[in-house]
Amino acid sequence: MVGRRTPLYQQHVNACARLVDFAGWEMPQQYGSVKDEHMAVRTAAGLFDVSHMGRYEIRGPGAGEYLQRMLTNDLGRLAPDQAQYSLLCTPEGGIVDDLVAYRRGTDEWWVVVNAANREKDLAWLEQNAPAGIEIVDRSDEVSLLALQGPRAAELAPMQAVDLTAVPSFGIGRGQVAGVPFVISRTGYTGEDGFELFAPSHQVASLWEALVEAGAEPCGLAARDVCRLEAGLRLYGSDMDEDTNPYEAGLGWTVKLQKGEFIGRPALQRIKADGVRRQLIGLNGAGRTIPRHGSAVSVDGPVVGAVTSGTYSFWLQRGIAMAMIEAGAAPVGTTVEVQARTGSGQAEVVTMPFYRGSAHRAVRP
Amino acid sequence: MAERYYTETHEWVTVQDSLATIGITEYAQAQLGDVVFLELPRVGKLLEAGDSFGVIESVKAASDLYSPVAGTVAEVNESLNATPELVNRDPYGEGWLIKVNLNGDLGQALLDEAGYRALTEGQSH
Repeated sequence: MVGRRTPLYQQHVNACARLVDFAGWEMPQQYGSVKDEHMAVRTAAGLFDVSHMGRYEIRGPGAGEYLQRMLTNDLGRLAPDQAQYSLLCTPEGGIVDDLVAYRRGTDEWWVVVNAANREKDLAWLEQNAPAGIEIVDRSDEVSLLALQGPRAAELAPMQAVDLTAVPSFGIGRGQVAGVPFVISRTGYTGEDGFELFAPSHQVASLWEALVEAGAEPCGLAARDVCRLEAGLRLYGSDMDEDTNPYEAGLGWTVKLQKGEFIGRPALQRIKADGVRRQLIGLNGAGRTIPRHGSAVSVDGPVVGAVTSGTYSFWLQRGIAMAMIEAGAAPVGTTVEVQARTGSGQAEVVTMPFYRGSAHRAVRP
Repeated sequence: MAERYYTETHEWVTVQDSLATIGITEYAQAQLGDVVFLELPRVGKLLEAGDSFGVIESVKAASDLYSPVAGTVAEVNESLNATPELVNRDPYGEGWLIKVNLNGDLGQALLDEAGYRALTEGQSH
C-alpha cells in the first residue's frame, strides 16, 4: 500500500530519506543518523516536515466561544496572534486528542491536530459545531514545517522575519525565498523554534532555502527522541480515549473554573476522587531501551507498563514514560522494567528528562 | 582478504587461520538504524552454530544475534561499549562484534555473497 505523501515527498526522496508508514503517511523516519539529527535539534537547528498533521480553520461569529466549549484549556486568555496547547475530551473525560489552538484573528482560529486523529477530530468538531461556525480543512493547501533548535532564530533566512514579534506561543508572519508564511513559536522538541504554515505549492522552496542555510533535515525518529526527552506525551502511545488528562499528567491544561466545556462534569469528579493510574517518567540504569508495552514492577508485583521509551542520546541512557497504578512508585523509587535482555532497573523521575532552550524562550 | 559468508539472520563471518570474525551486515545495520547498545558474550563462551550470542539494540528495536559458526569466543569488540555506532558506520570493519576460535569447519548452511544478495533483494521488495 502506498501511503499519503506530503508536498515535500520529492525532497525527502532526493535526500535519501528512509521512508516509513506513519498513520497512513509515507514519512521520513531518518535521512542519515538519528543521533546526528537529534544533536542538530539540541545544539543548532533541525527541520521537520510535519505536514501529515491536520490543520483546521475554525471561523465565524462565536468561534472562540465554540472552541472554549470543545477544549479543556482556557482560550479566554488568548489575544489574537497567540497560541495554546489544549485537549479535546469526551463527555467521560477521555482524551480525544491533544492539539495546539491558534488565535489568528477575532473570530478566526486554527487548530493543529495529530495525523492519526485527523478524521476523528474533524468529525468531532463538526458534530458539536453550532450553526454559523465554519470548519475548513486547510491540511492540503497549507503545509507545515517545524524549525527547531537553539540556533533556529539565527538562521540567515530567518533574519528577514520580525521574530521579536513572535514570543513563545506567539504568532507572526514572514517571507523566505519568496514564500509567505504564518509562523508560530511552538514545537514538539523542547527546544526554542518555530512552526511555519506555508502554501503547499510553494513549500518546497521554503524547505530548500532553510536547508541551504544550515537547517538539518530531521525525521520522525529524531522527533520522537526529542519529544520524549522533553517529557512531551504522544497521543496513541502515552494517552488515548481511555486516559484522562489527570492520569496523563496534563491536569494543567484543564481549567475547570473557565465555565462549561465537554467533559467538565466528569473531569471535576475525577479530580475530586483522585486518579487510579498515573503517567510517570523512568530513567533507565543503562543503555537498554524500555519498549512500549514492557511490564513495570515494584518489588515483584506488576504495577503498569511502559507507554513509550527511547534511547536518549543527550542523557546517554534509556528513558521512558509508563502508566502505573497511582502511588505505586513515587519519584525516587527503583522499579524493574521487563526487557529483551531480562529485566532492568529504572528510577522514577520527574519529567521533563531534559530542559531544552524552549524554557529560555521569551514568554508573552 | 578472506571470503565473507552470511547467515539468513544477517550476520557475516570471515575466517583466517581458524579464527572467525563475526558481525552484522550492512543491510542489517540499515534496517536497525542507530545502534545504541550491544550485549555480547564473555571470552571463553562456547557457541554452537545458530546459538544466540547476544542482543543488539537500536533506537528502533532489540534483536538477537546468532552465531554463524561453532567455537569458543576468543575476543569481543570492546570499543562498541563506548561507540556502538561503529556498527552503523563500518559494519564489515571496525564494527565487528566477536571473534571465535572455530571448532571444526564452517557449517553448510551459510550463504555466499551472491546468495545473500539474493536474500536481501527478496526482502526489500
